[in-house]
Amino acid sequence: MIDRVRSRLPSSWTGGTGDHEGADDDVADPVIEVDGVTVELGDATVLEDVTASVDRGSFVGLVGQNGAGKTTLLRTVAAVLEPESGTVSVDGRDVHALSSRAASRRVAVVPQDTSLSFDFDVREVVAMGQTPYATRLGGADAASDEAVERALRRTEADHLAERSVDEVSGGERQRVLLARALAQETPVLLLDEPTASLDINHQINTLELVRELTREGKTVVAAIHDLNLAAHYCDELLLLGDGEPIAEGPPESVLTEGHLERGFGTRAAVTRHPITGSVYVMALPEQSQRRGRVHVVGGGGTASRLLYLLSVAGFEVTVGVLNEGDADLATARSLGIDAVTVPPFASVGPEARAEAERLVEAADAAVVADVEVGTGNVANLEVARAADAAVVVEERPFADRNYAGDDAARAYEAVRESGTVVEPEAVLRTVTRLVSADGEGSDADADEELPRRHGDADPPADPLGRHR
Amino acid sequence: MGLSLLLVATVLVSAGIGPVSVPPLTVAKVLLNAVAVPSSVSLGGGTEGSLIAAFTAVSVGFTPVFSFSVPETSATIVMSIRMPRIVLGAVVGFALATSGVVMQGFFRNPMADPSIIGVSSGAAVGAVAVIALPFALPFGVGLHTAAFVTGLLTAFGVYVIATEGDRTPVATLLLAGVAVQTFLGAIISYLLVNSGESLERAIYWLMGHLHNASWSDVEITLTLVPPLFLALLAYGRDLNVLLLGEEDAQTLGIEVERTKRLLLGLSSLVTAAAVTVSGVIGFVGLIVPHIMRLVVGPDHRVLLPTSALAGATFLVATDTIARSGPAQLPVGIITAALGAPFFLYLLRRREVHAL
Repeated sequence: MIDRVRSRLPSSWTGGTGDHEGADDDVADPVIEVDGVTVELGDATVLEDVTASVDRGSFVGLVGQNGAGKTTLLRTVAAVLEPESGTVSVDGRDVHALSSRAASRRVAVVPQDTSLSFDFDVREVVAMGQTPYATRLGGADAASDEAVERALRRTEADHLAERSVDEVSGGERQRVLLARALAQETPVLLLDEPTASLDINHQINTLELVRELTREGKTVVAAIHDLNLAAHYCDELLLLGDGEPIAEGPPESVLTEGHLERGFGTRAAVTRHPITGSVYVMALPEQSQRRGRVHVVGGGGTASRLLYLLSVAGFEVTVGVLNEGDADLATARSLGIDAVTVPPFASVGPEARAEAERLVEAADAAVVADVEVGTGNVANLEVARAADAAVVVEERPFADRNYAGDDAARAYEAVRESGTVVEPEAVLRTVTRLVSADGEGSDADADEELPRRHGDADPPADPLGRHR
Repeated sequence: MGLSLLLVATVLVSAGIGPVSVPPLTVAKVLLNAVAVPSSVSLGGGTEGSLIAAFTAVSVGFTPVFSFSVPETSATIVMSIRMPRIVLGAVVGFALATSGVVMQGFFRNPMADPSIIGVSSGAAVGAVAVIALPFALPFGVGLHTAAFVTGLLTAFGVYVIATEGDRTPVATLLLAGVAVQTFLGAIISYLLVNSGESLERAIYWLMGHLHNASWSDVEITLTLVPPLFLALLAYGRDLNVLLLGEEDAQTLGIEVERTKRLLLGLSSLVTAAAVTVSGVIGFVGLIVPHIMRLVVGPDHRVLLPTSALAGATFLVATDTIARSGPAQLPVGIITAALGAPFFLYLLRRREVHAL
C-alpha cells in the first residue's frame, strides 16, 4: 500500500536516488539505466551482464540477430522478467522493486502481437491502457476518456474505435496496440519488433510516429529487425550479440563491418544511403573460399555493379585507376575493395600506372567495364592488355564513349582482341570460368584446379558473348 | 434492467406452479405482504434528551406496507414451501453463472466452468461421504459443512499442486484440476459402490437438486454469495485486461499472480457456497456465460451482472420444470437437457467468436 501511494508522487519527491537534483529539467539524463543485468530463462542465460543507459527523449533501436536477447531485454526493462542479478531503473527507481501498477505508469509496452481472444472493440482495448490509473470501484472519469481519445487520434486509429479488434488488419492492430501504450501515459515506451509484420508503408508510418513521439519527450526503445530502418530512424543503436552488448551509440558507430560480423556472423557492406544519408547496411552472402583475383577497369559508376557482383561472388577484387570522388570509388570503398586512385580530374600518372600494372599482373583476370575513355584514363586500357585473361563489357560501341582518339581506339581493340567480349549479365559467369580454368594463376587457392597451363589456351566460348 | 424484471416475472410464475396452482397476481400479493419497511422510529431512554443517548437507543419497528387479502393456504404454500426453493435456485444460479464467467475469463478457455479446479468434485466427496459412510463424522459435522470444506480444500490443493515458486501457470492449473477431478471421481465411485441403502440419496445429491430447500439454506448462501459477487465485480476490469494475456496484463499494471490468486479464491468460495446446498448442477456455469457473452459482449463489468441475473432466471425456470412434472426430477437433468440444445442452437444461428 505504501508503495502505491508513493508511486503517485513525482519521482523527485520520493528521494529514491538523490543524485539528480531535478529530474524534470531537460538536460540529457538517463531515463533507463540497465546495470549489469543477467537474465536466465530456464537453464539458458539469455542476457549476460548487460549494462546500458538510454537518455530522455531518445529513440534507441535494439538490434541483433534472432535469439540475441532483444525481446528478453525489453521484457526485463518492462519488469515482466526478473533479472538473476543486476538492476533496471527507470526515472531513478528500480522497476523490479515497484508494484506492477507503479511500474506500468513508467513503462508501456507495445507487444509484437497480443492474444485478444474476445472481441473487444478498439476503444475498449485502448482504454485498457488506462488500467494503471483506474480505481477499482470508480467508473470511467473524464480525464481517462480524454487520454484514450488522444491516444486514438495520435495513432490515427480513431476511425477504428468502434470496430472489433478481431476485424482490423495487421497494420491497424499494430496502431491499436501503440494507442493502448500511449493511453498509459508513460515517459518510457518499449516496442517489440513494431514493424515485423507490416508492409513497407506501415513500417514507415509507425516509425515516423514513434520518432515524433520522442520529439515530444517520450523515450523509446524498440527492437528492430531491419538494420536500415533502425539506422534511419533511431538516434542510437544497441547491438546485442548472444546476450551481450557488442556496441552502443549512434548508428554509424554501431553498424560497422566488424560489429556486424560479430553480431550476425555475416559479412556486410556498410555504406551511406545515397539519398537519405543514413548508414546503409547490405548483407553479403557467405564467402566460402577466395576464388581468384580480378582487376576491374571502370569509372563514372560503370563498374559499381560489377564490383559488387564480383566481390559478393568471392573474388578478390581490385579496381583502378580511379579519380577521387568517382562513384565507382565510393562503391569500392564500401565493399572494402583495393583501389588505385589519382586526385580528382587528374590524369593517370606514371606512379598510378605502375601500381595498376602490378595489380593486373597479380590478377587472374581483368574486367573492362563499359567505361568512357579520355586522355586521362586511356592508360587503364593499355594496362589491361597485360592481363592473363581479359573480359570486356560492351553495352555501347566504343566509338560512342571514346574521347581520346585513335590511341584509345587502338588500345581498346587490342584488349578486345585478346579477351572475351560479353554483355553485363554474362560477366560473372565468364570471369568464373576463366579464373577457374586458369588454375595455376597467381592465386593458387582457386577452388577448382583444372590441368591447364597458364595462358596456353583460348578462353572458352561464352554463349552470350560475341567473339571476334 | 430487463433481466431483473425477467427474473421477477419468472419467480412470480414459478411460485404459482405446482400441485396447487396459484395465480401470479396472488403470488405478487403474498410477496408484497411480506415486504416490510421501517415504519416507526422510537427514541428510547434519554430523559435529558442528549443527542448521543438518543442515537444509541433508537429502535426501529417494521410494519408490512401492503396488506392484500389472500387465501391463507396460498400464502403458506408460496411463502413456506415454494419461495425458499425458488430463492435458493435463484441464488445458486446466480452464483454458478458468476463463477463460470470468472473461470472462463481467467482460463481464457471456453470449456472452463465453476468446477474446473475441482471445487464441485471436492464438495461431492464430502457430501457423498457423509451420506454413504456408515458412521457419523466427528464433531457433528453435517453434510453442508463437509461439502463446503472439502470443496474449498480441493481447490486449494489444486492451486498448491499447480504453483511453482511464486507463479501459477494457468495451463498447469487446468491440467491439475482435471487430474484431481478424475481422482476424486474414483473416490466418489468407490463410496457409491459401498454405500448400500443410501445410494439413491447420494446419486440424487450428485445430480444437483433444490428440493427440501429451507429458509436456513437460503440464509447461508444468501449471506455468502452477494458480497463475493460484489468483490468479483470490482475485479471486472482486471479480468478484462487479463484476457490480453498475463504478460500484457503485467505491463498494464495488473499484479498478475496476486490477482489470479484472489480471483481463484473468490470464485471457489462462490462455487462452494452454491454446490454445498444444491449438489452438482451442471451447465449453468458453463453455458449461461457463453450465451450472455453473445448478447452483451466480453466486458466483464457488464458480463458479470448480466450473467448472474440470467443464471438465476435460468435455474429458477428449469427448477420449476423439474418439480412440476409427475415425479420430481433433479434439476441438474433439466439444466443439461435444456441448456445444451439451446446453446447449440445459438452456436449455429450466430457466428460465435472463439472465446
